Amino acid sequence: MPLAHEPVPVTRYPIPGLIPDSRLPTPDSRDPVSPDPSSVVSLDDVTVVYGKNEALSGVAVQFPPGAVGLLGPNGAGKSTMIKALLGFVVPTRGQMHVLGLDVRHKAQEIRARIGYMPENDAHIPGMNAVTFVGYCGQLSGLPPVDAMQRAHEVLYYVGLGEARYRNVETYSTGMKQRIKLAQALVHDPDLLFLDEPTNGMDPKGRDEMLALIHDLGHNKQVNLILSSHLLPDVEHTCDHVIVMDKGRIATQGPIATLKGQGGSVFELRIKGDLPVFLDVLRAEGLEAHGTDEDVMRVLVPAGRSARDVFSLASTHGMQVRHLRPSVPTLEDVFVDAIEGGGRAHP
Amino acid sequence: MPIHDQSYRRYTGEKRPVQSAWTVIARAGLMSFLSRKAFLGLLLVAWIPFIVRASQLFLASNFSQAATFLAPSAQTFRDFLGQQGIFVFLITVYVGAGLIANDRRANALQLYLSKPVTRAEYVLGKMTVLATFLMAVTWLPAILLLMLQIAFSGDFSFLKANSSLIASVTLHSLLVVIVITFGMTALSSLSRSSRFVGILFAGVLIFSDAMFNALRFITGSTAISWVSIQASLDQVGDVIFRQAPRHQTPVAVSFLVLLAVVVISASVLERRVRGVEVVA
Repeated sequence: MPLAHEPVPVTRYPIPGLIPDSRLPTPDSRDPVSPDPSSVVSLDDVTVVYGKNEALSGVAVQFPPGAVGLLGPNGAGKSTMIKALLGFVVPTRGQMHVLGLDVRHKAQEIRARIGYMPENDAHIPGMNAVTFVGYCGQLSGLPPVDAMQRAHEVLYYVGLGEARYRNVETYSTGMKQRIKLAQALVHDPDLLFLDEPTNGMDPKGRDEMLALIHDLGHNKQVNLILSSHLLPDVEHTCDHVIVMDKGRIATQGPIATLKGQGGSVFELRIKGDLPVFLDVLRAEGLEAHGTDEDVMRVLVPAGRSARDVFSLASTHGMQVRHLRPSVPTLEDVFVDAIEGGGRAHP
Repeated sequence: MPIHDQSYRRYTGEKRPVQSAWTVIARAGLMSFLSRKAFLGLLLVAWIPFIVRASQLFLASNFSQAATFLAPSAQTFRDFLGQQGIFVFLITVYVGAGLIANDRRANALQLYLSKPVTRAEYVLGKMTVLATFLMAVTWLPAILLLMLQIAFSGDFSFLKANSSLIASVTLHSLLVVIVITFGMTALSSLSRSSRFVGILFAGVLIFSDAMFNALRFITGSTAISWVSIQASLDQVGDVIFRQAPRHQTPVAVSFLVLLAVVVISASVLERRVRGVEVVA
């Protein structure tokens, strides 16, 4: 059997009807509710309960093609969502579709087409890197010879080419993160789930990992869902973000849109009691969070202006020492979604 | 254009049906153990009784004086399988203890189960590794002995006189292998430490046997042999070889005990082999 490799095609976003690819999702005839065909993952009223805790509460969301960030503080339900999509956790309610296939009925077919990079350290014991990645390729359906060739290629791609004959158990934390990415990529998945991919990595390794993820999502056109609590990671690698908090979707949308919508952001330095003034601002519907001892960032919704900030400061006896318009960041979107309930970004 | 593009490339080749994932797991497990010198040494030692028995068959077939006390019978094969018990134990501990425990230690279950591998395929693949090696020290040498007996004697008279021997050897080997494989795999799924699992397995076998012997001493009867897994295997094995059961326990009870071991093990595996461990 010839090894079938070819240059990266123009696009691999699985939008049925647009790309004549037999591996694209086909709607499941058993599905009572058809997912949005333009989304790679969709959840409809999904609830996951661990004991008495609701890890996901009636989540309804669509993941568009491309690089999507799943952002939220620890315990927000990001990993639970991914585990539910993989079929590890069975929701008590709701429906989920991945690549157009129902997770309940087509779990095996879905797993053959996705790659999963778990959050914690994970490997097959007693194997060197190339054997491990080749083995994962075979488990995903590749013939042994192709799996081994892909293993070599993918290990070079993630930067482990020189260490590919070392036992995985001797790898550093950063190398283990890379090999988890390699095993997720070896069978050329249509969709990648990356759960906290930069966990435990040093700054240089983290930058390299983010560069790899960015390359996959933008140059190699791999659909990916990046779960992280680190805003810079998501901002650097993704075009679209879904913010989760306490098992619910707090906000979602293209990052550029979320950052550009709904008013202005100001960096503010005051003389006075900062926590009190933060409460005052919030009570007036302005989302604000302290960034330093006397510095805060204030999100002013559309229709209001910096004049309102000055007015409030004056009313409450605070001196505004510094006010500078700032560029909205994903952190502002995140803080607004988590703390402000999305008031600045309705 | 670079001579060799080391960047990420698409794969457009064939993928096999997902139902055969267990064969990949089994093959990898078998190769992993066969590459260890210590294990190969253990396998070689496990075949020493075969060489002794083969010599016995040769002498019995070629020297009439020896045939009077070395002539083979169904009992010879029953005894041979009984002698292999020690190697069954050693190989089970060596191979089986880490089958799932090591994967749990390395968090490999979530990797396996995120691939197109079902939990049943994963368990089947792991069990196949242990079962193959156990068959290699029970069924395979016993059947080879039978073939050697035919070859040394030059006729089929022994096989005709013991027509059920192939079935008995196969059935007995399967019984031992299935019970031990299920039990050990289930124990292996209970811990992240293969060492602990090995000790646990030995403890279960030794404790149940010690309890049987203590109760036999107290009651003066072997009717309580069902408390021992080994005694239950012996009891059912005797019946398979059409010999008088060695204990007073009804054979049906011994068989039910072995069946219970398999069912409980399957239940444990169903609960423990999961992609995610939920602690409520």
